[in-house]
Amino acid sequence: MASAFEYAPAPESRAIADIAPSYGLFIDGEFTDAADGKVFKTLSPSTEEVLSEVARAGAEDVDRAVKAARRAFAKWSALPGSERAKYLFRIARIIQERSRELAVLETLDNGKPIKETRDADLPLVAAHFFYYAGWADKLGHAGFGADPRPLGVAGQVIPWNFPLLMLAWKIAPALATGNTVVLKPAETTPLSALFFADICRQAGLPNGVVNILPGYGDAGAALVAHPDVNKVAFTGSTAVGKEIARTVAGTRKKLTLELGGKGANIVFDDAPIDQAVEGIVTGIFFNQGQVCCAGSRLLVQESVQEELLDSLKRRLSTLRLGDPLDKNTDIGAINSAEQLARITALAERGEAEGAERWSPACELPSSGYWFAPTLFTGVTQAHTVAREEIFGPVLSVLTFRTPDEAVAKANNTQYGLSAGIWTEKGSRILAVANKLRAGVIWSNTFNKFDPTSPFGGYKESGFGREGGRHGLEAYLDV
Amino acid sequence: MSDRTPERLTVFKTYKLYVGGKFPRSESGRVYEVTDSKGNWLANAPLSSRKDARDAVVAARKAFGGWSGATAYNRGQVLYRVAEMLEGRREQFVREVAEAEGLSKAKAAAQVDAAIDRWVWYAGWTDKIAQVVGGGNPVAGPFFNLSSPEPTGVVAVLAPQKSSFLGLVSVLAPVIATGNTAVVIADERAPLPALSLAEVLATSDVRAPLPALSLAEVLATSDVPGGVVNVLSGRTAEIAAPLAAHQDVNAIDLAGADEALAKELEIAAADNLKRVLRPQPVDDWSATPGTDRMTAFLETKTVWHPTGSLGASGSSY
Repeated sequence: MASAFEYAPAPESRAIADIAPSYGLFIDGEFTDAADGKVFKTLSPSTEEVLSEVARAGAEDVDRAVKAARRAFAKWSALPGSERAKYLFRIARIIQERSRELAVLETLDNGKPIKETRDADLPLVAAHFFYYAGWADKLGHAGFGADPRPLGVAGQVIPWNFPLLMLAWKIAPALATGNTVVLKPAETTPLSALFFADICRQAGLPNGVVNILPGYGDAGAALVAHPDVNKVAFTGSTAVGKEIARTVAGTRKKLTLELGGKGANIVFDDAPIDQAVEGIVTGIFFNQGQVCCAGSRLLVQESVQEELLDSLKRRLSTLRLGDPLDKNTDIGAINSAEQLARITALAERGEAEGAERWSPACELPSSGYWFAPTLFTGVTQAHTVAREEIFGPVLSVLTFRTPDEAVAKANNTQYGLSAGIWTEKGSRILAVANKLRAGVIWSNTFNKFDPTSPFGGYKESGFGREGGRHGLEAYLDV
Repeated sequence: MSDRTPERLTVFKTYKLYVGGKFPRSESGRVYEVTDSKGNWLANAPLSSRKDARDAVVAARKAFGGWSGATAYNRGQVLYRVAEMLEGRREQFVREVAEAEGLSKAKAAAQVDAAIDRWVWYAGWTDKIAQVVGGGNPVAGPFFNLSSPEPTGVVAVLAPQKSSFLGLVSVLAPVIATGNTAVVIADERAPLPALSLAEVLATSDVRAPLPALSLAEVLATSDVPGGVVNVLSGRTAEIAAPLAAHQDVNAIDLAGADEALAKELEIAAADNLKRVLRPQPVDDWSATPGTDRMTAFLETKTVWHPTGSLGASGSSY
């Protein structure tokens, strides 16, 4: 289908993000080389251009950072909550001031469209710091006792899909409650965390309160296993989450895990179809589907399947894939060659197992990592594309006849992170929401986030909540 | 020949497991000797097997839908009914606790009284915990957003080893008050109060909302509560291992595990990411508990819905 409108290119200027040719680890308030001198390159996934060379943390650096965080802990935790709050308010403000720069940077390093970093990631990052800043001097009112204490040093490992937002989800509550942190960003997206280190400097945050260690899985493993870490927070794959749970077994480390998902987006026959289509698109194509709470399984009531799929395909044909810095781009690049290979392999498996594959006519750029929006129809619950988290722009369509069947199919997964319900009938929304075993349920909407709203999974999607009053518990000795 | 009447020979009780509302022997046919604190024989308790543990999980899973779906008010009524039944058998429990833990009658009575009061305490929590830990979230957009606690599912509970009754009640009551179902491994050394507790649970009406039924009626319907609480006796380490590794168990309370066993079980529990409550140092089970033992086995579900805006043009979805 021909594009409804031809758009002239409208690229955001990348000049606003001044990326240095190299970056160090951020330990005890200073940028420093890795002890063994190792470095790695970070690429722009949309062009494969090298953006910068970054120091790669090893076990020795982890130890140095944990020691710095431990030294900083005594003073930081003893500060009156109102003073910690002011540091966090400062950070929130500086993020707002620099949000255009950070949005461009994140788009370059991650590959997601500027529309998303500008309108979703960055506003949420600032809001998260604002929200938790306000808790710092009100912890006695949070329902965890009159004077809840921090845990100590928090070791935090975050993924590449929302680099700065995941950093905010981890660091803001940790600092508000009086902990100090050592955070490892993902190896494909280290830059925004390093820019955040600079924001900590501008805010005058005491040295050692925040330490940033770019690196690979080995650095994450060393951080999680470090004996002087009191709290481990991880967002990432379920397989790694299980490994971390085994590592901390038998210790006193407190653990929270935000892991994978295979969210069901359930469309009943009385749903407003146009709005549902928008919700389905948001659910699985936001951030190229590289979202743990993505609505990657569409469960549609049989009687409206045809109408809905026609409408959905029409809509997908209008999505614009390409330069992430272009303000009109809907679908950006896949974050890495490795992730692209995984998505490609799982989609091929879907075809091989007999599901029907469809993508809109869509030209992919010649360099960079790209995957066209993809639908699988005729999918059964046994198909790999209905069971495994693909973490890409791939939607599996299943059908159902009765609400009971929809619930049974939605819950037929090891995961339990998110779900969507589309119907005009209020009582049905409440009844279905009640039966779904998932931590976040969007009814007649999808992929909405807010710092006040607790987020986290049931079953193998992990445990603990981030966001809201609930999110404080992970960082308090309760 | 003496003309005195011989002392009456007492009738011993055969203690059994409590699984799915029934009182089976261990499928293994094994028993082990239970003695009082001085080493005198008290009874033979079933020595549960891995199969008994799996059967108990099946029963607990089967009961989860009904129990978690019951109203909080109903659960409160049922828990209160348990306290009533215990009060009626107070003397029996005082004797069993005294024998098991080597306590004076007065000290054992204090333990039993505290345990009965604890059931009452948790009975009162069932319809309040959601208000305390849940609530509306003021999101920055036109959305209704509500977080509510939900029970996590089937919880394996290793009862404390040093408080055969009060400790047991203190770990079990919070698990079921919030709508979970439980597989409990009784204190290995002193399982009799736990097994007797099962009898009390069986006579407490876990379904009918009206607790003011006569005891006879309760007994007549005593198969109904089946599966909400399942009690196993035997070697804690032997039974706990299959429970910690079981893919259909959602959480595990390690109160009764020593350090080495707790670590081993926590590693096994990682396989399906069970919620793990590690052993906590407890000096005194009679101290008023906080809400931690309830929140440890609660999930938080957050539901969003657009609020719409009257008078504005178009839909606000």
